Amino acid sequence: MDKIVRDNVNKDFHQAKWNEPIIFELHQPGEVGVEVPQPSNEVVEAVGDGVSSLPQNMKRVAKLNLPEIGQARVLRHYVRLSQETLGSDFNVEIGQGTCTMKYIPKINELLIRNPKIMELHPLQDPSTVQGMLEIIHNMDLAMREISGMDRFSFQPSGGTQALFAMASIVRKYFEVKGEADQRNEIITTIFSHPSQAATAVVKGYKIITIPPDENGFPDINKLKEVVSERTAGFVVANPEDTGIYNSKIKEFTKIVHDAGGICYYDQANANGLLGITRAREAGFDMCFFNLHKTFAAPHMCGGPATGALGVTEELKPYLPGPIVEKVGDQYVLNDQLEHSIGKVRSFHGVAQTILRSYAWVRALGADGLKAVAETAVLNNNYLYSKVSKIRGVSVPYIQGQRLEQVRYSWEQLEKETGVTTEDVQRRMTDFGLHYWTSHHPYIVPQPFTLEPTESYSKADLDEYIQALEQISKEAYETPEIVKAAPQNSTIHQLIEADYLDEPSKWCISWRVYQQKMKNKKEVLINNR
Amino acid sequence: MSKKVHPYIPNMVSEVKQEMLEEIGVQSVEELYSCIPENLHFKGTMDIPKALNELELRRHIDGLLNKNISSNEYINFLGAGCWQHFIPAVCDEVNQRAEFLTAYAGEPYEDHGRFQALFEYQSLMAELVDMEVVNVPTFDWAQAASTAIRMASRITKRTKILLANTLSPERRKVITNYGTPQLSFEGVKFNINTGLMDLADLEAKLSNEVAAIYFENPSYLGFIESQGQEISQLAKKYGVLMIVGVDPSSLGVLAPPSQYGADIVCGDLQPLGMHMNYSGGQAGFIATYNDPKFVNEYPSRLFGIIPTVKKGEYGFGDIAYDRTSFADRENGKESVGTQTALWGITAGVYLSLMGPNGMYELGQVIMQNSQYAVMQLNTIKNIRGSRITSPFFKEFIIDFNDTGLTVEEINSRLLEQKIFGGKDLSLEFPEYGQAALYCVTEVHTKEDIDKLVNALSTITGN
Repeated sequence: MDKIVRDNVNKDFHQAKWNEPIIFELHQPGEVGVEVPQPSNEVVEAVGDGVSSLPQNMKRVAKLNLPEIGQARVLRHYVRLSQETLGSDFNVEIGQGTCTMKYIPKINELLIRNPKIMELHPLQDPSTVQGMLEIIHNMDLAMREISGMDRFSFQPSGGTQALFAMASIVRKYFEVKGEADQRNEIITTIFSHPSQAATAVVKGYKIITIPPDENGFPDINKLKEVVSERTAGFVVANPEDTGIYNSKIKEFTKIVHDAGGICYYDQANANGLLGITRAREAGFDMCFFNLHKTFAAPHMCGGPATGALGVTEELKPYLPGPIVEKVGDQYVLNDQLEHSIGKVRSFHGVAQTILRSYAWVRALGADGLKAVAETAVLNNNYLYSKVSKIRGVSVPYIQGQRLEQVRYSWEQLEKETGVTTEDVQRRMTDFGLHYWTSHHPYIVPQPFTLEPTESYSKADLDEYIQALEQISKEAYETPEIVKAAPQNSTIHQLIEADYLDEPSKWCISWRVYQQKMKNKKEVLINNR
Repeated sequence: MSKKVHPYIPNMVSEVKQEMLEEIGVQSVEELYSCIPENLHFKGTMDIPKALNELELRRHIDGLLNKNISSNEYINFLGAGCWQHFIPAVCDEVNQRAEFLTAYAGEPYEDHGRFQALFEYQSLMAELVDMEVVNVPTFDWAQAASTAIRMASRITKRTKILLANTLSPERRKVITNYGTPQLSFEGVKFNINTGLMDLADLEAKLSNEVAAIYFENPSYLGFIESQGQEISQLAKKYGVLMIVGVDPSSLGVLAPPSQYGADIVCGDLQPLGMHMNYSGGQAGFIATYNDPKFVNEYPSRLFGIIPTVKKGEYGFGDIAYDRTSFADRENGKESVGTQTALWGITAGVYLSLMGPNGMYELGQVIMQNSQYAVMQLNTIKNIRGSRITSPFFKEFIIDFNDTGLTVEEINSRLLEQKIFGGKDLSLEFPEYGQAALYCVTEVHTKEDIDKLVNALSTITGN
């Protein structure tokens, strides 16, 4: 047999397409998906049908309109839907910058399937959950080393909730000091995550946003202008979502401290910093890390996640309770924190994600964590070097000086070919690669943000680069290919006009879809 | 940089690293960190134990986990916001799929399956609560209630909130922290014997300044609030929205709150296919009618079904995305980020498997088993099986005041008999004295319940 020539520049990819019905369309009256455990005969003899005790007005009268489907068909449906989803196990997932998509170690998934964590109730006596509490405590110790903070809470279930918890602590801190009415402003930057501003607003703060200077750094002169006796807090990501590290960060935190404010640090972009630099030395009073980003817990379609929240000793009494402490050789839950904000999430947070991240830290050790950071930065700068040479790409602001990610721009491509970053996004799908455009507002025109993390080999990075190069080439030579994308994906371009934003047309559930189609006597999906 | 190549970090291979440094045009990785001032470089060594290989890691973690005692080993009667239920294997199979497990924020094109699964989840839940719109899950029930309350405040442009005094104290903590400083909260009294809301107290507290009344049904204390219609009528008199928190496992047999006047319904998905996970299985839902006034106040993502350019294809997209803080930062409705989408997909799988008959049977079995437990407990001298006289679902209060023992003492003795006793209410609801909240579901057998009854008989000296 002759050697088979395989010279495709890009993967000859085609995503699964099953044309899978909506689950309600699989309804076959009489089928069942699972048997519900039944009470013993003695129980039924003793109490009867159980539901007779319900007051008449509290009984569900009409039969539930759920579909009836056999087990195998339910499974097939969902497995097909899973195949129509491109998780990070399947693609070089560097296109979701700011989210630190990395390898999810399989051993960790195996560990969390142990009934010794799955079947624990959060209110069990602490003596029966000593292993779990030890894991939480050990993770706390590791996080303290990584950040320089003095105590961690793992209760917040995601970065947004951690940011909210930190804004809550700021408010409580000034309430205790009697300055809550006076200090009603929180300062942030435009290239920080939208949740920094949004969560502080929920806590009642006026937001002051610092623009970037000509090099893309938060403008320190602007900070000096806006900081005042009204400043309650300063929240920032560093590196920001542009990938630029603010080298004057210590001056920023000092300016805010001198004005009496609290500095809290969004460390969602921390992957390039492990073992390199810490929140404590930069002058922060609080920080959080997303365990589902830097610490390799999976993103799970959008959670459950964990925003590990670290504070200095001074702010420990404000943490949401309970926290885990070691007393002698026992691990206990301490819910007696003097100024606790109360709670931000039920019970103790997402235990299985704490375990996953603890396992990841233990698999790497101190040297391995530093290698993670250094390799992530190496990968990013390699990618940066290559991607910035692609025709149509530019990198706004200061050149170089990017750590773990870069926000790029297709402004030139768009001007010269009409191809936008959204077009590129759809076309990348045809190569089996995910690509995200960036958070709004698009201050960087036609943006895209790439964050290669430590998980990808040079060959992986080259594959991603080649896909971008190919799309650039197509944009200049045959832009209609890019404009018409995707061609190899599960579905074709959405017809978004009105259907998403017009109340008379939107269908947020199957029930609403059915109602609208019935009333209008037209079929939205027209050849089923 | 360590010399040994770690399995998770392919580019630690020195030749590859060198090649990449050359492409970048620097001598070393340290140069790439030149943007970090010298005084911020961490000089010490992190005190983290040395790295473990996979085998060592497994031994270490399994060793730690083996110190735990799970509800597979002891009989568990704890509920109070996290409940032990039967989990069909297909739920675990689907949520372990690498595609769902490792996906995140993909676009409708490469994550079509994720969008469809979440749209279906919304649709299945909409049937369960008999409403039209359900969001992609929130962090948990407490967050769902908190957000529902803020939605009501935005809709009514009022800031006073009434909370039933029977609601979960844990959720109350989350709600009040989430609501302050803009919102103010006031409790509504209840009848200690029936659990039912004191309608006179409610009416006295209702006014044109109140945005919403929030109560739970079945309540945190297990009883069924049968005055939903009356509460709704009173609320409507003052233009107040009624928000009801609900355990979805009850809705096969219980009327959904939408049928007695709720404007917003919320609750926890954990009973619908999630293991307890020491509280990692919690996920919240919010439901409303398809009224733009309500839909526009959701802070979180809502997936809708839309056509594509190809006939016969379902597509999905974000409905009214500009509502969200992703789009609008501080001008968005609250904030939205990573929440609990995988549990939404899992709840969808669960409801698909259960179907209408399964959900009915589930509710019925829970009622039968828990009623049996109360019946047997009432045979024990000095114990009142259900302190509250109203009908209940899944959870109920056991009154131990006449035993002369504290709940703490009783639970400690139960633990010796490999039983996790109910939640001690003596601090949360001191009006009940030494009382505990017990939970009985479809997983409990007659033998489990009889063992509890025997143990309590012995402990209390009967």
